[in-house]
Amino acid sequence: MKAFTTHAGLVAPLDRANVDTDQIIPKQFLKSIKRTGFGANLFDEWRYLDEGYPGQDNSVRPLNPDFVLNQPRYQGASVLLARENFGCGSSREHAPWALDEYGFRAVLAPSFADIFFNNSFKNGLLPIVLKEEEIDELFQQVEVQEGYQLTVDLQQQTVPRPDGKSYSFEIDAFRKHCLLNGLDDIGLTLQDADAIRAFEEKHRQAQPWLFGAIK
Amino acid sequence: MSAKTLYDKLWDSHLVKQRDDGSALLYIDRHLLHEVTSPQAFEGLRLAGRKPWRIDANLATPDHNVPTDNRAAGVAGIEDEVSKLQVVTLDENCDDFGILEFKMTDRRQGIVHVVGPEQGATLPGMTIVCGDSHTATHGAFGALAHGIGTSEVEHVLATQCLVAKKMKNMLVKVEGELGFGVTAKDIVLAVIGKIGTAGGNGHAIEFAGSAIRGLSMEGRMTVCNMAIEAGARVGLVACDEKTVAYVKDRPYAPKGADWDQAVATWQDLVSDADAQFDTVVELDAAQIRPQVSWGTSPEMVVAVDDSVPDPEQQDDPVKRSGYQRALQYMGLQANQPITSIALDRVFIGSCTNSRIEDLRAAAAVAKGRKVAANIKQAMVVPGSGLVKEQAEREGLDRIFEAAGFEWRDPGCSMCLAMNPDRLQPGEHCASTSNRNFEGRQGNGGRTHLVSPAMAAAAAIAGHFVDVREMLKEEATA
Ligand code: SF4
Repeated sequence: MKAFTTHAGLVAPLDRANVDTDQIIPKQFLKSIKRTGFGANLFDEWRYLDEGYPGQDNSVRPLNPDFVLNQPRYQGASVLLARENFGCGSSREHAPWALDEYGFRAVLAPSFADIFFNNSFKNGLLPIVLKEEEIDELFQQVEVQEGYQLTVDLQQQTVPRPDGKSYSFEIDAFRKHCLLNGLDDIGLTLQDADAIRAFEEKHRQAQPWLFGAIK
Repeated sequence: MSAKTLYDKLWDSHLVKQRDDGSALLYIDRHLLHEVTSPQAFEGLRLAGRKPWRIDANLATPDHNVPTDNRAAGVAGIEDEVSKLQVVTLDENCDDFGILEFKMTDRRQGIVHVVGPEQGATLPGMTIVCGDSHTATHGAFGALAHGIGTSEVEHVLATQCLVAKKMKNMLVKVEGELGFGVTAKDIVLAVIGKIGTAGGNGHAIEFAGSAIRGLSMEGRMTVCNMAIEAGARVGLVACDEKTVAYVKDRPYAPKGADWDQAVATWQDLVSDADAQFDTVVELDAAQIRPQVSWGTSPEMVVAVDDSVPDPEQQDDPVKRSGYQRALQYMGLQANQPITSIALDRVFIGSCTNSRIEDLRAAAAVAKGRKVAANIKQAMVVPGSGLVKEQAEREGLDRIFEAAGFEWRDPGCSMCLAMNPDRLQPGEHCASTSNRNFEGRQGNGGRTHLVSPAMAAAAAIAGHFVDVREMLKEEATA
């Protein structure tokens, strides 16, 4: 996994609640059997005026000038400011893959859907929950200041603003540790292989029908 | 020992290790796989030189990309090359690693959430995961079941465990008797309308109360299926004699002495009487009317005899602009009666409503009637090959075809339009699926979520109608 310590970058505001994974990456792009190649199709139906399909040359497609990420002032943004319940809908990890590949390293929102939240950590994309008022303040700041940048400091668990004000956020110790060190979950779990085997044996004794039925 | 909820019990009985940092290793009994979220996980295993921990915990079937007609040629018959590659990749991965897969030509193939319970691969008391958010469906059996991402699919394949954090407990209690023509789908849509699509975030929802106990297993699956649309990864219903009766004699269900022991164990799969829930929501079943979603989020739902809401009536500015955007996308006017919404297509299917009982409910409405002339297409897509066979034995296919519905082969189909079944821009569809997101059923398509009976009634009328009225006419005719 990609490590995350601190990140400073341009902020783009996406002022909609309940942004779902079908919008983050429409289903026609889920047909890929690879982990990469989704960045150009992030928010495809909002970003382009035509209908996208896998394998197309995205550079020649007509852009929707009204979509926020297409505005010149947000080019190169790497911090996404979002509204409540961001990432609701399917379990597709293609959503964080697409955000990551587009160049986002952090998403700030008042709340996230559970599966999306979980998936983001596995891909070095940091989802940060701030208070509703704080998110509102940030939307105002981004609106009035062109080139607005924020820093995300995972070690300190803070998001300092350019004007000196700072927000703090919560994160599980385990997730923080994995992100800071770029650790591979599977490798970590396999360090407990003996505990898993011991549990499995006990479980098999108690409920033998859970084993061996499907072959 | 303190009282426990059903979720607490399932969690405790699968806890391998509680780590110091608050995370836990949870043992996974059943892992279901489909073609969309698994290829990168298998690739990851190969790259790391790892093998699946326990082959017999896994069951796979392709569902999202499979066409729902002309299936005789199998995979070779998939015209879309990208879809074909994904299905072929699942076949190859399962063959390579020795995982049992119901391939496209297998009569047991179907939507993974229909297939698991049907085969007895879903059992009470299990932990069940799948790279698919509607894994919540299996919670209807008193199993801890939820969707996971592709990294977690790889993690479960490699370790038989999930790194998890305990959720909070929510109780949704639906007491009383459902009215005539009101179904499980209407219950869950009403719940989502009440608590919102983020209402269950961070929670496992247990559905309880006399109205839930009164539902068949199919109905309970419909309710749990859409827990995720209320923001909860997990939906649960306590195990009872209906659960046991449904599971009995299924191909992978325990047999003989194992069966007796299993049934005894399953008696405990209920929340203790004095268990504490973090959140409790109550609904009166008698008040629930047939539901229709009008917007682009499942919480944008009203009863069929209501009207499209007026955004101006919303105080919260984020909500107001969301409503305005939804009305624009859906091509609807504020205060327009739901029954005035004309339809272009009707889709009866998906892991929410494609089981035999759903098809029976739709057929009961379609019987002796004709699909309206303005409906371009009305399709019925059974959830699995076995559901299809059963329906054909009961003559439901002939009822549908006589009424002008298309009778298809099993798969996800127009639920998410990864296969050729899809809406054209601007078309309105009465759909028994679970998501009405923008573009979900095809770019620019407009989805209205309803029950199977309501979808069939809408097909006959050409616009939304109250199925209770339609059935009442019949009763008095
Ligand atoms: S039927 Fe729809 S919701 Fe269910 S698994 Fe298939 S695509 Fe997902």
